[in-house]
Amino acid sequence: MTAETLLASLQLSIPELILAVGAMALLMIGVFSGEKSASTVTGLAVAVLIIAGLWLVLKTGEGEAYGGAFLSDPFAKFMKVLALIGSITALVMTVGHARSAQIDRFEFPVLLVLATLGMLLMISANDMISLYLSLELQSLALYVVAAINRDSVRSTEAGLKYFVLGALSSGMLLYGMSLIYGFTGHTGFTQIAAALTAEGRSLGLIFGLVFVLAGLAFKISAVPFHMWTPDVYEGAPTPVTAFFAAAPKVAAMAILVRIVINAFEPVVADWQQIIVFISIASMLLGAFAAIGQKNIKRLMAYSSISHMGYALVGLAAGSMAGVRGVLLYMLIYMVMTLGTFACILAMRRKEGENVENVDDLAGLSQTNPFMATVLTVLMFSLAGIPPMAGFFGKYFVFMAAIEAQLYALAIIGVLASVVGAYYYLRVIKVMWFDDAKGEFARTAGELRLVFGLSGLFVLGYVLIGGPLGNAAEVAARTFF
Amino acid sequence: MTDWPVLSAVTFMPLVGVLLLLLTREDSAYGRRNILNVSLLTTILTFAVSVYIWYQFDSSNPGFQMIEKHEWLGTGISYHLGIDGISMLFVVLSAFLMPFCVLASWLSIEKRLKAYMIAFLVLETFMIGVFVSLDIVLFYVFFEAGLIPMFLIIGVWGGKDRVYASYKFFLYTLLGSVLMLLAIMAMYWQAGTTDITQLLAYNFPRQMQTWLWLAFFASFAVKMPMWPVHTWLPDAHVQAPTAGSVILAGVLLKLGGYGFLRFSLPMFPLASDYFAPFVFTLSVVAIIYTSLVALMQTDIKKLIAYSSVAHMGYVTMGIFAANVQGVQGAIFQMLSHGIVSGALFLCVGVVYDRLHTREIAAYGGLVNNMPKYAVAFMVFTMANVGLPGTSSFVGEVLTLVGAFRANTWVALFATSGVILSAAYALWLYRRVVFGALEKESLKTLLDLSPREKAILYPLVILTIFFGVYPAPIFDATAASVDLLVNNYSAALQAAQNVALSVQ
Repeated sequence: MTAETLLASLQLSIPELILAVGAMALLMIGVFSGEKSASTVTGLAVAVLIIAGLWLVLKTGEGEAYGGAFLSDPFAKFMKVLALIGSITALVMTVGHARSAQIDRFEFPVLLVLATLGMLLMISANDMISLYLSLELQSLALYVVAAINRDSVRSTEAGLKYFVLGALSSGMLLYGMSLIYGFTGHTGFTQIAAALTAEGRSLGLIFGLVFVLAGLAFKISAVPFHMWTPDVYEGAPTPVTAFFAAAPKVAAMAILVRIVINAFEPVVADWQQIIVFISIASMLLGAFAAIGQKNIKRLMAYSSISHMGYALVGLAAGSMAGVRGVLLYMLIYMVMTLGTFACILAMRRKEGENVENVDDLAGLSQTNPFMATVLTVLMFSLAGIPPMAGFFGKYFVFMAAIEAQLYALAIIGVLASVVGAYYYLRVIKVMWFDDAKGEFARTAGELRLVFGLSGLFVLGYVLIGGPLGNAAEVAARTFF
Repeated sequence: MTDWPVLSAVTFMPLVGVLLLLLTREDSAYGRRNILNVSLLTTILTFAVSVYIWYQFDSSNPGFQMIEKHEWLGTGISYHLGIDGISMLFVVLSAFLMPFCVLASWLSIEKRLKAYMIAFLVLETFMIGVFVSLDIVLFYVFFEAGLIPMFLIIGVWGGKDRVYASYKFFLYTLLGSVLMLLAIMAMYWQAGTTDITQLLAYNFPRQMQTWLWLAFFASFAVKMPMWPVHTWLPDAHVQAPTAGSVILAGVLLKLGGYGFLRFSLPMFPLASDYFAPFVFTLSVVAIIYTSLVALMQTDIKKLIAYSSVAHMGYVTMGIFAANVQGVQGAIFQMLSHGIVSGALFLCVGVVYDRLHTREIAAYGGLVNNMPKYAVAFMVFTMANVGLPGTSSFVGEVLTLVGAFRANTWVALFATSGVILSAAYALWLYRRVVFGALEKESLKTLLDLSPREKAILYPLVILTIFFGVYPAPIFDATAASVDLLVNNYSAALQAAQNVALSVQ
């Protein structure tokens, strides 16, 4: 590698470099100024993420870097912006809750920045090796973050469970990669695709494909690799759960899209049936299992499982319209999820304790009409009722499925969405139809900002949907 | 043609009212009055605009008028509005009923008045939006969005079993609609557009028409509601507050019939023809069976709800008779039913506000101390029966004539429904209004207040006016209905010719 190509490579990955250097600097600041520095470090971490994001949007060009292991293209840019927004919002939401959730350590923001770095690298990964490394960078940071509240049994249990199952999935992923390498002789996505076109597929490669997809399905918590999700969502401190639900899902979905559309494009028929199965199973399980949930974090866990199922509907189509649908779906899903978690974080009694049961929202429409309205809008949106954004997300992915003539998938999907509507309605019912049991404490400003913006986005999608759709289209065109 | 976007104005004007309402405060009697005044004024202004639309409407033009079109969400979805003779009067009907809903809620809504009015105004926007949309996705958005405010209206301000009723309403109708959504997507990939005007001109293959028709039918049959998927309606009606029932019966039930007229019949003529006997069967069952069920009801609202299902049976029958009389009759019947059933629910509301019960057995002899009420109620009861001279008669006769031309047996059975409707309606009237005034609780009831007179009397006049002189409505709808029916028979003829030439 000459100095020139190295320089060009570095230039393409400046946002990632900013995060890497920033994370180390923040760690230094934290270590040298002691335990009290948590809030300073949090603020600086937000600044680092914003700078990286601005650089990404304004200055980063397109092209391959590091010998084809790293790819900067419109698709990566779109997903990276989403991941950064998710991380920044999650970090902002922790500000008021760091103390009560026992996460007021300077390590927390540093770990979040490292996880975000992993996500960005993962979204850009164009090679099995860089994919695995970035995935592990993200995951290791997340394992620690899940267990960051050391004094809480539930939190440590969540961290441990996440770690053990995550390690298993990493193992599967690695095994799948080695099979793929063995049967094609390449690790780069482009070369794998070329080899598959030239030589056709072999049985061993299909095994590898299955293992790789299983490993990635674990990261987006799609059925049947979803078991960790409800427990980790419930056990981890709520600000951490808010983070888990948004950005890492975006990144994992991005790499899943890239790997199947790029590397395995020649064997569409093989991965399509796997994705269709995972999608149907996720939608159905997410819809039915959530019905009995009382804890709103668990409910959101099942909700996210079913939403991943819907996003996969678009991927299953494997077309330009499908990828566009997935991109829009992830955007809308992330905004809705962050808004909902902002509301969940705001569920704090006057006495100062946080509550997380659906029934605790009783009568919210009378005690806090603003929050109740926003949460209602978000719930209808999650249920996919027009004119909320969630409807348009579903519209575009199902549209792609119909184009690809996956009729069974589409019909099961929309029927599952009706089942899913039931439990979202229950949240609304509790807020509007039931009588108030107690009031929540005044909502912190940053939370109000987050759920206010999220509600505005969801309602205003009918106005801004055009430009966003165009952006997604440009990003999706990368592959076609 | 007008140069300002009058259809957008009429659609979104209620939202302006919502913005004003958000600025008001609810805590005092003064604030309450403000809320009511703003809502009333908004709905009246909206109605005025809709009347202006009727005035500007060119009835000789069978196509779409007052077109507005803008790019919207990409992939061909556009913000495309326009009206023709079929949709125009539904816009007027929706806007017309709203001031009555506000007036009917003047005193009866005691808690959370502001949220209530906001829900109603938002609902009005969605309802009108359904009728003016000329893009099928936009139509779907409005069609489904209407569920949200109605769900809240039933659930928050409803009766004892409101939670059950609101869930059932929401999930039932949602289940029907999602299949239609898939059909819409399939139509997009087939025809390459979501524009209704272009879809109307597109010939879908016969095989595909069958599936699309069934998917649309799933949605509209639930909305209509047709037997056997009507069970959500009685629950929703009984639990909803008076104004909610008025809108439910007056406008929301019409969405199904409008959908059949706008999509099923003109876009899938072959499938409509193929399935017509099936629809006739369901309609006849609805007319006879639900009339019999209505006879057995002990709850006034439930009785009227079942009678609505029966009346909607005439509408579906008329639509799928697919001749000029049938379709004209169906449209007229829907408009007339919008006024009459709305008025009946308002009548129930009048006594419910006084006594807080809807049990028929709790009433009797009201004619003695509420003579004015008795007269108004009688007019609407007679209209419900379909007595000549009331607007319902015109609609029923026309749908029956239309059905007779299509299938005499259907007409025969459906006509027997008229007798049954006389039985339940008159019996209800006798039990509530006639007889001796014996019950202690009834003796102190006062006759109509000025506000209630302002609600009921205009409806009485309209019911009789359109019964005697239905021409204004037929004038407006005639050209579009002719076009619809001609296109329909032309499509059938063309298909037949193709079949013949193949042989």
